[in-house]
Amino acid sequence: MLRYLTQRLIAFIPTLIGISILVFGAIRLIPGDIITATLGTEAGMLTTAQREALERYYGLDKPPLEQYFIWMGEAVQGNLGHSVRHGRPVLELIIERFPLTLELAVLAVLIALSVGIPFGLISALRHNTWIDFAGRLFALIGLAVPNFLLGTLIIYALSVFFGVLPTAGNYVGFTEDPARNLGQMIFPAITLGFAFAASVMRMTRSSMLEVLGEDYVRTARSKGLRERAVIARHSLRNALIPVVTLVGIEMGYLLGGTFIVEQIFALPGIGRLLINAISQREYALVQGTVLFIALNFVVINLLVDLVYALIDPRISYGD
Amino acid sequence: MAIEAVPLALDHPARGPGVLRRLLGNISGAAGLLLIVLFLIVALMGAAGLTPFPSDRQFPVDRLKPPDGQYLMGTDLFGRDVASRVMSGAANSLRVGLVSVALSGFIGTALGVIAGFVGGWVDNAIMRVMDVLFAFPALLLALVVVTVLGPGLNNATLAIAVVYTPIFARVARGPVLSVKEMEFVLAARCLGQRPPVVLLTHVLPNTLAPLIVQVSLALSWALLTEAALSFLGLGTQPPAASWGVMLSESRGIAERAPWLMIYPGIAIMLGVLGFNLLGDGLRDVLDPRMRR
Repeated sequence: MLRYLTQRLIAFIPTLIGISILVFGAIRLIPGDIITATLGTEAGMLTTAQREALERYYGLDKPPLEQYFIWMGEAVQGNLGHSVRHGRPVLELIIERFPLTLELAVLAVLIALSVGIPFGLISALRHNTWIDFAGRLFALIGLAVPNFLLGTLIIYALSVFFGVLPTAGNYVGFTEDPARNLGQMIFPAITLGFAFAASVMRMTRSSMLEVLGEDYVRTARSKGLRERAVIARHSLRNALIPVVTLVGIEMGYLLGGTFIVEQIFALPGIGRLLINAISQREYALVQGTVLFIALNFVVINLLVDLVYALIDPRISYGD
Repeated sequence: MAIEAVPLALDHPARGPGVLRRLLGNISGAAGLLLIVLFLIVALMGAAGLTPFPSDRQFPVDRLKPPDGQYLMGTDLFGRDVASRVMSGAANSLRVGLVSVALSGFIGTALGVIAGFVGGWVDNAIMRVMDVLFAFPALLLALVVVTVLGPGLNNATLAIAVVYTPIFARVARGPVLSVKEMEFVLAARCLGQRPPVVLLTHVLPNTLAPLIVQVSLALSWALLTEAALSFLGLGTQPPAASWGVMLSESRGIAERAPWLMIYPGIAIMLGVLGFNLLGDGLRDVLDPRMRR
């Protein structure tokens, strides 16, 4: 296990370097130079001296490779640059906004698992009955309704039938007022978790069906175990292993989904920060946010692999 | 597990007249095909301008009219016919989907097949780059591309292609690795055929099944992502019609005019559902090993 862990951590380093090169390089690929792109039409009003001063300030007068190392060196020390519009360091903004996004993603996973696993289980146990067909229909529709559509529908339903708007820019943090916070977060979390619940349900169902046909389940039944024990101890535990993988795979989808859901429900999370930064051409902010999200994503994937190694006794990773 | 015959991909080459028949005999496949044909008809009519009204013509007198005999799906805030815009949005989605999937399918497959067939450092170099692209959540990578190139329809298309290229590369590489060790490939090489010829005539055809399945899923994802980017204001730009733009424009006035939200919403849902079902059906028919 320890050796596997070290191997994974070593393999992790080239990925990190690759990510940083891509994030750094992408901004250089913007047509024209970064100063013109940031200032827009106002760039034309710069004198040569002003422009050179700005280039020196951003380090643009140095060769690209050196620029990369300077940027990386600063990033490792937690300096991701400064947001002009917010007038604050990028990292500070990210740290301030991140808890909301994390909470949203965690709630969505909880909703998806607590809806998807029971429904998948029932569907598998009542294979080819109307319950199964209803469950599969729900899963198909769930996968075809994009979160921006579901979010729009939920807001519509809330405002028409209940006369409320979930959030109107008055977001309350979890630590300030947990009840109000959850009230504000529940609909965004449902929006984000809905399609995920559908894929968890599909995965639980198919993997449960597969496990129920295994020899060890037959053995468990033939030695007279009660059906409940067969299901809970021998089948479901094994059937859930692919579901863990699914959570890892779909984490990227979830993180992407938070951008849209935060935008729809006007939640000040990291996704909204990024989308606004893109449309306002705040490149330092875009760079920092993208780097931060990508980092989180690879760390999550690493953790999922480790959890996978822990729960699946068949995988030993050569100790 | 019940012992089940696991046919090799070779037993089911992804061609021949039997595929369509078997697809139609599969519930998912048939339903998916039906939805896709419907989508294609609507999109082609939209592209050819065969809409009830020009999709950007404004009828200020008839603003926010509910659906009736004249405007089948009602009109929007500018008095534009929603039905015409849904059709023209379908054309838009089809274009983005086809171009992005063609680009990523071609480049990704080429990279994956070369990596798998050549092996060694070439394989390593190609797949490490793909891994880095994989290290980004899909929508985030698309957003990075749109940041660099600027918002717009063509750039959104490119962004979708960039995201899907590593997926095609991975899907293509896997089967190549196993097929290239098979005896008929060895035989072809022993007969003195040059590697590129072996690759194109013997290896590639036997990797097609999972790739075809992937094309269908990629189209579904392209449709969704174009709509999502446009919804965020970073894809198709108004006044051009896109389902994502239409949904975004419906926000705030959907209480008064729900048809602005309902029809583009149904269109997206049916389109995605169609490609998903077709993908499931194709997987059942072409690639029994991937069946869940």
